[in-house]
Amino acid sequence: MGQFFNLQDLGAIAPELELMLFGMILLIADLLVENKKWLGFISLGGIAWSGYFLLRLHGIHVTAYSGLLVIDEFSWFFKLLFLVGAALAIIISLKYLDIEREHHGEYYALILFATMGMMFMAGAMDLITLYISLETMAIATYILVGFLRGNQRSNEASLKYFLLGAFSSGVLLYGMSLLYGIAGSTRFTDIAEALEQRPGSDPISMIALVALCAGLFFKIAAVPFHQWTPDAYEGAPTSITAYMSVAVKAASFAMMVRIFWFAILPLRPHWVLILTVVSILTMSVGNIAAMTQTNIKRLLAYSSISHAGYIMLGLIAGNSTELNPTGVTGIVMYLFVYTFTNIGVWAVVVALRRKDIIGEQVDDLNGLIYKHPTAAVLMLIFLLSLAGMPPTSGFIAKYYLFAGLIESDHSKLAVIAVLNAAVSIYFYLRIVVAMFMKESNEKTGLALSPGIVVALAVALIFTLWIGFYPDPFIHLAREAVFLS
Amino acid sequence: MDFFRQHILSIVAFWPLAGMFVLLFMNKENKTLIRWWTNLVVFTGFLISLPLWFWFDRESSDKMQFVERFTWIQSLGADFHVGIDGITLLLIMLTTFLGPLAVLSSWSAIENRVKEYYAFMLMLQTGMLGVFISLDFFMFYVFWEVMLVPMYFLIGVWGGPRRLYAAIKFFLYTLVGSVLLLLGILALYFIYPGIAAQHPELVAQFGSAPTFNVLAFHAMAQYLPYNFQWWVFLAFFVGFAIKVPMFPFHTWLPDAHVEAPTAGSVILAGVLLKMGTYGFLRFSIPILPEGTKHFVPMMVALAIIAIVYGALVAMMQPDMKKLVAYSSVSHMGFVMLGMFALNPNGLNGSILQQINHGISTGALFLIVGIIYERRHTREIAQFGGLSTVMPVYATIFLIMTMSSIGLPLLNGFIGEFTIMMGALQVNLWWAVFGGAGIVLGAAYMLWLYQRTMFGKNENPANQNLLDLNARELATLIPLVIVAFWIGLYPAPFFKVLDKPVNKLVETVHPGYFKANAPQAARVVGETR
Repeated sequence: MGQFFNLQDLGAIAPELELMLFGMILLIADLLVENKKWLGFISLGGIAWSGYFLLRLHGIHVTAYSGLLVIDEFSWFFKLLFLVGAALAIIISLKYLDIEREHHGEYYALILFATMGMMFMAGAMDLITLYISLETMAIATYILVGFLRGNQRSNEASLKYFLLGAFSSGVLLYGMSLLYGIAGSTRFTDIAEALEQRPGSDPISMIALVALCAGLFFKIAAVPFHQWTPDAYEGAPTSITAYMSVAVKAASFAMMVRIFWFAILPLRPHWVLILTVVSILTMSVGNIAAMTQTNIKRLLAYSSISHAGYIMLGLIAGNSTELNPTGVTGIVMYLFVYTFTNIGVWAVVVALRRKDIIGEQVDDLNGLIYKHPTAAVLMLIFLLSLAGMPPTSGFIAKYYLFAGLIESDHSKLAVIAVLNAAVSIYFYLRIVVAMFMKESNEKTGLALSPGIVVALAVALIFTLWIGFYPDPFIHLAREAVFLS
Repeated sequence: MDFFRQHILSIVAFWPLAGMFVLLFMNKENKTLIRWWTNLVVFTGFLISLPLWFWFDRESSDKMQFVERFTWIQSLGADFHVGIDGITLLLIMLTTFLGPLAVLSSWSAIENRVKEYYAFMLMLQTGMLGVFISLDFFMFYVFWEVMLVPMYFLIGVWGGPRRLYAAIKFFLYTLVGSVLLLLGILALYFIYPGIAAQHPELVAQFGSAPTFNVLAFHAMAQYLPYNFQWWVFLAFFVGFAIKVPMFPFHTWLPDAHVEAPTAGSVILAGVLLKMGTYGFLRFSIPILPEGTKHFVPMMVALAIIAIVYGALVAMMQPDMKKLVAYSSVSHMGFVMLGMFALNPNGLNGSILQQINHGISTGALFLIVGIIYERRHTREIAQFGGLSTVMPVYATIFLIMTMSSIGLPLLNGFIGEFTIMMGALQVNLWWAVFGGAGIVLGAAYMLWLYQRTMFGKNENPANQNLLDLNARELATLIPLVIVAFWIGLYPAPFFKVLDKPVNKLVETVHPGYFKANAPQAARVVGETR
């Protein structure tokens, strides 16, 4: 372990530094460039450059800043995922912001800053680092949610998200402070060691655990801390909703897995209990609430809540002291798959927003098969993937989570989970019904902008590729959880 | 030719899908081209499946033949693994045989969104064939689910007034069953390495890693703990029973049938329902023999309820299609009764009756569809005396009615008779209830025939109905021929079934043939 700050440490965070640099450049360029679309391209360049540095770090396992940060396969995988999510979100924003007449340079800068925060989150091995990077991400996202400043719903969503987010950060911080009290250190490894020494049901560790869980559940939108999600998803610019539902969600899960796996594994019997209850609630409430939604953004928000419930299953799988390898692979796999599929879905929703059509109701999809058959068929594939139907990527992801449960003898939970997955097809099919089996009243055509086409193509390729031949991606996921 | 012979199963299964991809590039306005093309694809699909029937080695019909195997997803241990034995041979022939008839029957019935319709029909055909040929459980599951989507669209887009409700009900029911099936599959997948570790012969043949190989599961069946079998049987039961459908999971069936377009009903009744029974035959019984034995009373009770209840409900239906749909419930009850008699006669009859049901019920749905196309109603009360204006139609309807109620010389008789023999060998009461079902079946079918075909043709709308045209005859005549073939000379069918059936019986009741030596000699196929 390097005791002092040196050049190697800088090399380890080069991808993050690139993003920050480009964020600054964008803020300045905003003053000079008239056509804001160019800023989008600059930010994509920044992401590409950061990605290049990231690729060079592949397979390297180092601890930087005397243990505050770690560069390992897990963080590498997630960083890649955040960059991909950010790039796809920027691509689908290019035209959309013009239509909303809110095309400003800081939009792209904020996405880069948020992504930078996420990348630090994935690598944090220390409570302070974790918290600061979490807030970097969160504050940038609060602003982005309220980016349609002329739109009341967007402002409302931003304020709600901010107030609840700040509150939950406080709760999380309280849990962290207790952990510090127990360990006398903010390092995950020290905390794990200290918890090992504590008696089985030590009240202080229990309070710390509960506070920590409450804060984390808010971030991943688990029931009963999910109420902000539909409002924030509905009010935010659709491109940001897409970004939140993939990157922010993945980052929150990366943080959650990191804490549960590296810091509080000794408390596993207790948190498995909490997670089991919350996961069942999250899946069921998300699915049931989604059934009655008429606004497609709210519907997908509830669907994303239920997906958080499935992902938690990956942490539950395992015995009383260890996580189940299949289950953890499932988490990583699920978030990877979910990123592409979800971007695909949101890209179609973004495309529905046209000059004077809001395009946010399920009914707005009516008769899409006549207006734009390709978009309808792609949407169908993405929705089937979200529902976990083979041969799409969503099935492979769900397969891993369910397999983890069966392998570690959580059969009852597995039954609840698969029934939830089956029921969820109902509301996805509602969208399908609108697209394929209903006639539309308005005849405004639907044209896909080049950015949307690119995003859809990427999403489609990965959704089908992972569905038909998942081997390379399974290897990647297993590597990310140190299995190969 | 060699290549064709080695890969015949994949070619047969993916031929319709390849045809679908070509179809996608056709102009959707050119309906004639699309229709000709799809008919050509499914008809050639039938032709290329014919060699299976001739090349199939009947001496080893209990062994998997035409096997192809490639690694597919290495990290999961899932392979592309196909092969057929005698049971699957018949089901595949049924599928490739009914496919062209169903497609041909939609020629004039489907005018709206023709291209999508035929694309889904082709996709469905591949999905069904894939289910039957898979020897890898993972691959089986993929096909099993894939097939839901085209069927959902066929009902949902081209169906009757309540199509949306029927389509979602069909999808949800089947999906709930299949996810539980998935858990059962996973349980087998994870228990395999532990069992293989104790039994070197399993490792030698199938390796020690977790596998989805169905043959490995068959081989490990005897070592599976009773408790485990119990649970997995239950999981499989939900998955397959919904598909069959067995009472009380049958409620999706009448809705789906009534709303589906004619071709959809033909495929649904003819092939889709057989997937459930096939699941029991291929997976539940041979992999979980102890579990199977434990659940025999439940299965038989449900089968008998389905036979009697389905028949009673069918009798009261005012709608022709709904009547035929409920008769399906009753007939599938017969199939399940024979299967869970778990003796050679019962199983032989059960499998043959599956084919028979595909033939007769498929034909009845076509017959109902033909009259619906002319009159746009299926209400029995609207008809009467049709035999005067549509004599050919009435004749074929009569033949198929007789086939459905099990009149000797026609296919239904052979199946029902063999099933009854099998049931009787186990328990007199099973046969009594089965017999009651046959009587009720005769009652509702003959009553239907009498009300629609006989009497005076009084309804002015029915005065000038046209008799069958050449295309409609072409969809029905092959079914009539096969109905007579099975009725008069069923030996070729029993011949391919004997060995796989005996193997099944031997799995469930080890030593069955030694204990019942005189009976075993009278295995149905050889005596007839």
